[in-house]
Amino acid sequence: MKQTAPETPGERPGMPDSNGRYGDFGGRFVPEILMPAIAHLEDGVRRILPSADFIEEFQRELRDWAGRPTALTLAPGLGRQWGAEVWLKREDLAHTGAHKINNAIGQVLLARRLQAKRVVAETGAGQHGVATAAACARAGLPCTVYMGSVDIRRQAPNVARMKIFGAEVIAVDSGAATLRAAIDEAMRDWVCNPVDTYYLLGSVVGPHPYPYLVRELQSVIGREARRQLLEISGALPDIAVACVGGGSNAIGLFHEFLEDESVRLVGVEAGGTGSQPGEHAATLARGKPGVLHGCYSFLLQDGDGQVMETHSVSAGLDYPGVGPEHSMLKNKGRVEYIAVSDREALKALGECCRSEGILPALESAHALAGAQRLAKEQPGAKILICLSGRGDKDLDTLMSIDDGGFLA
Amino acid sequence: MTRARQITAALAGDGSGRPGLIAYLTGGYPDERRFRKYFLQIAAACDLVEVGIPFSDPMADGLTIQNASEVALKNGATLKRILQWLAELTPQTRTPVVLMSYLNPLLAYGYARLARDALKAGVSGFIVPDLPVEEAAPLGSALSESGLALIQLVTPLTSPERLALLCAKSSGFVYAVTHAGTTGGKQALPADCVDYLGKVRAQSQLPVYAGFGIKSAADVAMLAGHVDGVVVGSALIDALDEGLDPGEFLAGLRR
Repeated sequence: MKQTAPETPGERPGMPDSNGRYGDFGGRFVPEILMPAIAHLEDGVRRILPSADFIEEFQRELRDWAGRPTALTLAPGLGRQWGAEVWLKREDLAHTGAHKINNAIGQVLLARRLQAKRVVAETGAGQHGVATAAACARAGLPCTVYMGSVDIRRQAPNVARMKIFGAEVIAVDSGAATLRAAIDEAMRDWVCNPVDTYYLLGSVVGPHPYPYLVRELQSVIGREARRQLLEISGALPDIAVACVGGGSNAIGLFHEFLEDESVRLVGVEAGGTGSQPGEHAATLARGKPGVLHGCYSFLLQDGDGQVMETHSVSAGLDYPGVGPEHSMLKNKGRVEYIAVSDREALKALGECCRSEGILPALESAHALAGAQRLAKEQPGAKILICLSGRGDKDLDTLMSIDDGGFLA
Repeated sequence: MTRARQITAALAGDGSGRPGLIAYLTGGYPDERRFRKYFLQIAAACDLVEVGIPFSDPMADGLTIQNASEVALKNGATLKRILQWLAELTPQTRTPVVLMSYLNPLLAYGYARLARDALKAGVSGFIVPDLPVEEAAPLGSALSESGLALIQLVTPLTSPERLALLCAKSSGFVYAVTHAGTTGGKQALPADCVDYLGKVRAQSQLPVYAGFGIKSAADVAMLAGHVDGVVVGSALIDALDEGLDPGEFLAGLRR
């Protein structure tokens, strides 16, 4: 495959309006104490992101440090089993093992230009935490990562990696002690330290300008994949599929294809163990609009507006909110959102391991399971899947499930 | 007189120079029975009661109010029930009541229905900590049509231009956050916060009340003369948890 420089961020279609709205969704619902920090960040995003100097450094870091462009891999084994032509965009091959590094290094470069003294972040699966810790180590910035204590247990290898990179990892016990509680606590840290602290949010959620900023930094995924697929196969995919928790790898993949009307775009949410409240994290499929963590978007909530607990075998998808741009794309009908169960995701993960020699993250396994379902609907389809991360972090979880028996 | 103006009148002071006092209690904390009792005791000992609507993700709150919200939710407190309780409680006191709520419970309730039921419950206004003025128009107009206040918060980081805007947009009173932080906490108030509070007071036509981290008579004494009054929340809940009499605790703050 031809190795070319990763593409650059810049002004893209689908800019939010000046209040950070994507249609009805988005906005900035934060305490007044954070408004100057938000304005400072917004100004930085507007000034710095399109500057030649930033673009040059970001591209160089993506290429020389993070290992981009990542490969696009034909998956003939999965293709035969599913009756489809399957292509995997290999974000698992990026440095630190997931697409999260694209956003982390981009925001750390931005934080340094904004004279931040310290970085805070939340993490669910730990991939964003590891990416942030690594990027902060490289940039020489102190880093604090909030992580739910349940996630600390189920993603132990990533906790060790964050600590080795010099990050302080703070366990969060409130609520369900997962990603949502970690964001609550990271935002409280920011509320207490709004001047010198840079909050490095890991997904396309939160107050404006984060959904825009993170999308710009992640859209390298779709730009590379589209170009690679055209170069190798000469045609666009029929379907592009990605998993959706907050939705950063999905937006990153989809954005480049939004205007390709022939390409069906499908986001796959965590269906968990069932459709009752607390059994899943299928926000777009089963939620209704509300405000959480600074933005108006689809939300899993009860009739009183209290945010509901979620469940997914995948820590990175175990979140009751979703990025506002996804909410808009759902309402416009441009992207379809489906949910697959823990069981379907695990089964697809096993198939990918056995037939392709690739261990995907539990999050990415949801995209595989969704693609498998779509292949049944559309036999012979050419399907592009964002394999957003690698599954090494999930080995403990995998081995504890049915003693690994689902793999057989 | 609108409800918003009643707040302003109640908080303007009696000319004696004694600082006004707003007392915060999480609605339904720790349970319905004790909330009803505490509410009336507190209302008798302060100038305005701020009733918190418990929320699952209170991002501006420290540990005390996070915990109070969790307990209240577990014991069945909802916005609807709290409004029903207040409809029975507010006729028993002349002290005005405002609700402190994160936005999502209000959104879920519906703004038109909220304004109507708040009026019926004897509520005079709202404080919404995750609703900056840029996003406030839909709720603000629903409330102002009913004469209800939407109280703006200002902070030490608020620029002079923004301070002027927020003071102009506020109704009822202006809530001046003392420092960058969540509610409650053990640390001392920053000594320089009186300078900032003076600037807020110079800008505002409405009474200015300082809140966040005010926990003792010494804190109140330090702020007296620089603001029209203070807001006490976490420290009151801590006092209730320690079994202190809320009326005596509040009276002690101004002694």
